[in-house]
This record gives sequence, C-alpha cells and structure tokens, in this order.
Amino acid sequence: MMTNQNCAQNLELVSGQLFTDEVILDIDDVTISYSGNPAVKSVSFPIAKNKITSIIGPSGCGKSTLLRSINRMNDFVEGVTVQGQLSYCGHDVYSSEIDPVEVRRNIGMVFQKPNPFPKTIYKNISWGPVINGYKGSTDELVEKSLRQAALWEEVKDRLHESALSLSGGQQQRLCIARALAMEPDILLMDEPCSALDPISTSHIEDLLFELKARYTIVIVTHNMQQAARISDYTAFLEMGDLIEFGVTDQLFTRPSQRRTEEYVTGRFG
Amino acid sequence: MSSSKSVDMQQMRDIDITKKKVRWGEWMIESSLALCATISVVTTAVIIFILAKESMGFFQVVVPADFFFGTSWVPLLEPSSYGVLPLLWGTLLITFGAALFAIPTGLASAIYLSEYASPRTRSIVKPVLEVLAGIPTVVYGYFALTFVTPLLRMLMPELQVFNALSGAIVVGIMILPTIATLSDNALRAVPDSLRQGAYALGATSYEVTTRVVVPAGLSGVMASFLLAISRAIGETMAVTLAAGATPNLSFTFLESIQTMTAYIVQVSMGDTPAGGIAYQTLFAVAAFLFVITLILNIVSQWILSKFREEYE
Repeated sequence: MMTNQNCAQNLELVSGQLFTDEVILDIDDVTISYSGNPAVKSVSFPIAKNKITSIIGPSGCGKSTLLRSINRMNDFVEGVTVQGQLSYCGHDVYSSEIDPVEVRRNIGMVFQKPNPFPKTIYKNISWGPVINGYKGSTDELVEKSLRQAALWEEVKDRLHESALSLSGGQQQRLCIARALAMEPDILLMDEPCSALDPISTSHIEDLLFELKARYTIVIVTHNMQQAARISDYTAFLEMGDLIEFGVTDQLFTRPSQRRTEEYVTGRFG
Repeated sequence: MSSSKSVDMQQMRDIDITKKKVRWGEWMIESSLALCATISVVTTAVIIFILAKESMGFFQVVVPADFFFGTSWVPLLEPSSYGVLPLLWGTLLITFGAALFAIPTGLASAIYLSEYASPRTRSIVKPVLEVLAGIPTVVYGYFALTFVTPLLRMLMPELQVFNALSGAIVVGIMILPTIATLSDNALRAVPDSLRQGAYALGATSYEVTTRVVVPAGLSGVMASFLLAISRAIGETMAVTLAAGATPNLSFTFLESIQTMTAYIVQVSMGDTPAGGIAYQTLFAVAAFLFVITLILNIVSQWILSKFREEYE
C-alpha cells in the first residue's frame, strides 16, 4: 500500500513566483506517445495539495491523455508509452515496483460521460470499497459519500433502485460519490460537465469548492469560464506542449505568453 | 438540359393527378417478395397443423397420462406401452451432460476472447470456433463413435459401445461455439466506460470481469445458454450414433439410452406403415419436442430483448 504520508513540501518557481503550496503530484518532463507519436511533449508542472488544478487547451492538445496517465488509465490503450516522471508522494507512478491497481485506489477518476454501473445506487457506491476489502459499515459509507457529492437528499429514499434511473447530472454526481467512497488522495476529472446541462454543471462546480478541503482535484475542461471560476491553478496545453502554467487569476488576466492570451480571450481554440 | 425542353414537357404532360396508374412491375416485385416471406410462415403453420392432427389421433388411442407419465416406451412390439419418460429422460441426460461440459467451457472461452485475448488471438480463435459450429452433426456422431468412445473405454472398460456419456460430450462440443460466440458478443456489448469506471476504482482485471462485465452482460449470456440447450435438446444424428437406441430410465451415463429425436430417426428409417399407432407416436413425440424447444426459444428471445435496454 502506498502511504498518504511523506509528501514532501516542494518549492518551485511558477511564473516567477515561489510555489508555496504542498505538492502532492509532480509532473516532471513527461512525454506521452501513441505508437511513437508524441501527444504530450516534455510537460512539467506541480499539482498542489487540496487545490483545484485545471488543464485547458483546444481539442486534441493532449489534456485528457495527460490526465489519464496520472492514474495509469492509459495502460489500457494499446501502444501508449510514458517517459519522464510522475511523482506521487515521492514515488514515480510508472516505476516498475509500483502496482497500477494501488495507484488507482489512491487516485480516483470521474469520466466525461457518466458511467454508473448497471446496479443499484447503493451498490455503485459500495462496489469499490468492498472489492478493496472495506470492513466498516457500508450504510454509513454510502450516506457519507452521497452527502459529499450533494446527492443524498435526492436519492436517500431510492438507494436500492437502479442507478440508471437517475438523470444525467445525478448520474455524474453518483460517479463522483463512487470515486469519493474510495477516499482518494487525488480526484481526476475528465471534462465531467461536458455531457451535462448548465444547472447540473453549476451543482458540480459548487460541489468541487467543498471537496477541495479534503481532496486534491485535477480537472480537464474545454470550458475556459469553468476553469477560471473553479480552479486555483491552470495549465494551458497546445499541441502537446505546455504553453503556460500558473495561478488561475493571473493566467486568465495577465498571461505571460501571447498564445495563452489569444486562447483565453477566444481568438482561437 | 435547356429550359425550352422543360416547357415542352409541361405542355405535353397530361395534368390530371387523379388518374391512378397501376404499375405492374412494382406490383410483381412486391408480390413475389411477399410470397417468399409467406413460404416460411405457411410451412410453420402446416407443420404445426400436421403435428397437432396426428398427435390427436395418437391421443385418441393412448391416454395422455400414460404418455406423459409412463415409464416404459415399447411402441413397436406387443405388448406395447407408450410412456414417453424414458425418451424424455434420455434427452435430458444428454442435454444436462452437454450443458455441464459446454456452459463453463463456453463462458470461459467467451471471457477469454472478450476480456483477455489480444485482437490478433481473437481474430484466429473466433473463426475457428465458428467453423466448429458449421461441422455437420453426423460428423460429430462418428467422432463420438470412433474417437471419444474408444478413448473413454480405455479409462472405463465397463462402458457400453453406445453410451450417454460419449453422446453428451460430443453434443457439448457441438454447442460450445454457440455459447462461446454469443456470450462473447454479449460481453463485448458491455460499454467500455463501465470497465474503465471499475478500473479507476482500483479493481483488478479479474474483479472487473467477474463483478462488472459478466453481471452487465448476464442476460445475453443466459440467452446463449438457453439457445445452446435448445440445440442440444433437438440434436439428432450425433446422439443417435453415439448413444444408441435403447429407451432407458438409467441414472448412469455409462449405458445406451434413446432420446426423443433418436427415436424419431429409428422409426422413420424403418418401414412403419402410415396411419398406424406406431406411425402416430412419431408425431406425438415430435409435438412434445417442438413444444419444449419452442418454450426455450421464446424464453431466450425474451431475455435477449430485455438485454437491449440494459445500459440506457
């Protein structure tokens, strides 16, 4: 089991400022290729603990590829190779002694399209902890996770109905609750609102604010307003290159790169 | 095309849309297509009619209770008795034995093909399985008689030349591709997003397969079992050759038995006169068999149609 402790306090320079937050995950010179074609090129930036970091950029810039390499979900894609270091609490998640299953127990993920299991709401939540040997009360765990995902009030009377009977926005919050039930260190979100209506989207954005007290969140989004609203740090990728990483306010109001400025002001992308 | 020409067309055309023309070409094509579609429907109807009519004749002579609950099947010799249970038992024994072999093996093959095999392996193994499904069943019968039975007799010398075990094994091999390919289809229809969701929660491949993919595809998998079982029930030549023609309420797999279909073959090949009671037994047995497989097919269709709504 990888421990949640021993995460060293890293100090790095970001946009000329000292990065004083605790770094939980350090992306260091990471290149990701599909059958030899690089989709992400020598990208480096830190992920701060208990903050929301968003990764933005035009379609095909490699932002989802980068996100999915953090919990080794790219292992299931044929021909993907990862070079460089992804240090999670001092361990490179791609080193040979790391068990990818353990990595995924500690780094949860929410996908673009809600993907609840065709099981009951209750079983969707308890599934992950139970297969991982959770011995405590699943009733409590289900309630706690659903409350954290702001879904409890809506579903408390129908926990044993199929998760597929929920609306799209509810399904996505269920998937968030399902990931939270594992009490991950980091929650990765791959455009979690792209399949949702504006009301469901704002529910989830509100939720993320509350969640960052306990979790570190990395979110990929194509929606720049969303990134600006919710995140503390933002990384801007274009064609696999990291163009700029910095404090969100600064990146959106006073970007240091011309490409960033053009993208955030909507001149392309 | 010049504009003057279209003006000419307008002047030439008789503008009367009420005049309905019969297009004979269209009519003929439509009718012949409908005729082709009717053939199978009519055939089915005629078969059901004949089965019902001849069975009626049979049941005027034999009390239905004696047929359904009698334990002795001696239709061709005096004193005759018409208890179908030994034949039904023979059929069930073969079907049960075949299912016992084919369901675990078939499901395991399907899981391997859908969840573990590389695309390359899959592209070789799946066509081979499909070829297995295309082998004429009489070949399986000879395979049983000349290969499986001698092999089994080396292990179990008390085994009869015609025996249920050998029949069950070859019928099992025969229905294996049905289970493997249909279950593979059902498992592959499970959306990849579910697998990804499960992996992202720290599940191993084994947990993803057994606790997400198979349960999600279960109705398709069950339907493949039922279709395969109904094939096993209706199987004729392989069982006749392997298991022989001795109506037998035996509880062991070691002796010769007779299934419902094997009885039909036996009598059809002899010179049983039309119209007699022996002749009518064929139809009674066939009607019974038809009802059993019909019910199984309806159940599996119903399960399959349920399966289509599963992930929406």
